[in-house]
Amino acid sequence: MNISEILFWFLTALAILSALMVVFSRNPVHSVLWLICVFVAISGHYILLNAQFLAIVNLIVYAGAIMVLFLFVIMLMNMNTDSEPQKNKWLKMAGTIAGGTLLLVLVAALKNSELRFQNVEMSQGNIGLIHHLGKVLFTDYVVPFEISSVLFLSAMVGAVVIGKKD
Amino acid sequence: MMPVNYYLFLSLTLFCIGIVGVLTRRNAIIIFMCIELMLNAVNILLVAFSKMQHLAAVAANPASAAGTEAQLFVFFIMVVAAAEVTVGLAIIVMMYRNIHSVDINFLNRLKH
Repeated sequence: MNISEILFWFLTALAILSALMVVFSRNPVHSVLWLICVFVAISGHYILLNAQFLAIVNLIVYAGAIMVLFLFVIMLMNMNTDSEPQKNKWLKMAGTIAGGTLLLVLVAALKNSELRFQNVEMSQGNIGLIHHLGKVLFTDYVVPFEISSVLFLSAMVGAVVIGKKD
Repeated sequence: MMPVNYYLFLSLTLFCIGIVGVLTRRNAIIIFMCIELMLNAVNILLVAFSKMQHLAAVAANPASAAGTEAQLFVFFIMVVAAAEVTVGLAIIVMMYRNIHSVDINFLNRLKH
């Protein structure tokens, strides 16, 4: 068992435990902090797969920007108390059983597929480096890139229009 | 080297935890966070498949750049997710301003 396998299992355990804590912690602020933990673990997975550009973008955009936005909104609403009314117990159980059954069915369906003979390249290969991705992004994918800037502009205008006092 | 199966199961587990969160919680912000979790589960699967394809292509041609598209796709998913979060949080703030709660069970006005 070499170092990257140990890191893989550690990051997997961290991601799954933190994701469970996101769902099951009562305080919304704690949920946000656990979600940041999940994103850090996923960034670690990207680094293990040598997708360094995506790892840094994931850290900056998700753990840095989006989660701070969530935290601002939660603190704006003063929800950092455990005052959330609980859903019906049966509905909760039904939701958990539905999600668990979906996981069971998907794992059972994919367990013996041909994919188990395929390997993933770890900590080598240069397709995830910013040099290569930037070149492709600004030559072959320059039109979607510009369209995404229009999307950002419209999202910004939409957020301001929705959020302004009328 | 890691079998791609493990990444598949990690991604499925995270996705199903997100689904359980959406189904069981009542706080709109937590539901929104679970949707982000599901998006990230898909992202990690896309990156794993990208590296799988690259490994298979490099065996035939060492200078191959197969698998680049999947990583760019993940980048665009992140772009769309960021735009979605701004609009969604604006809607949640508006909802809080109108009904003074983010409990989705109070959002049943269309029923009456």
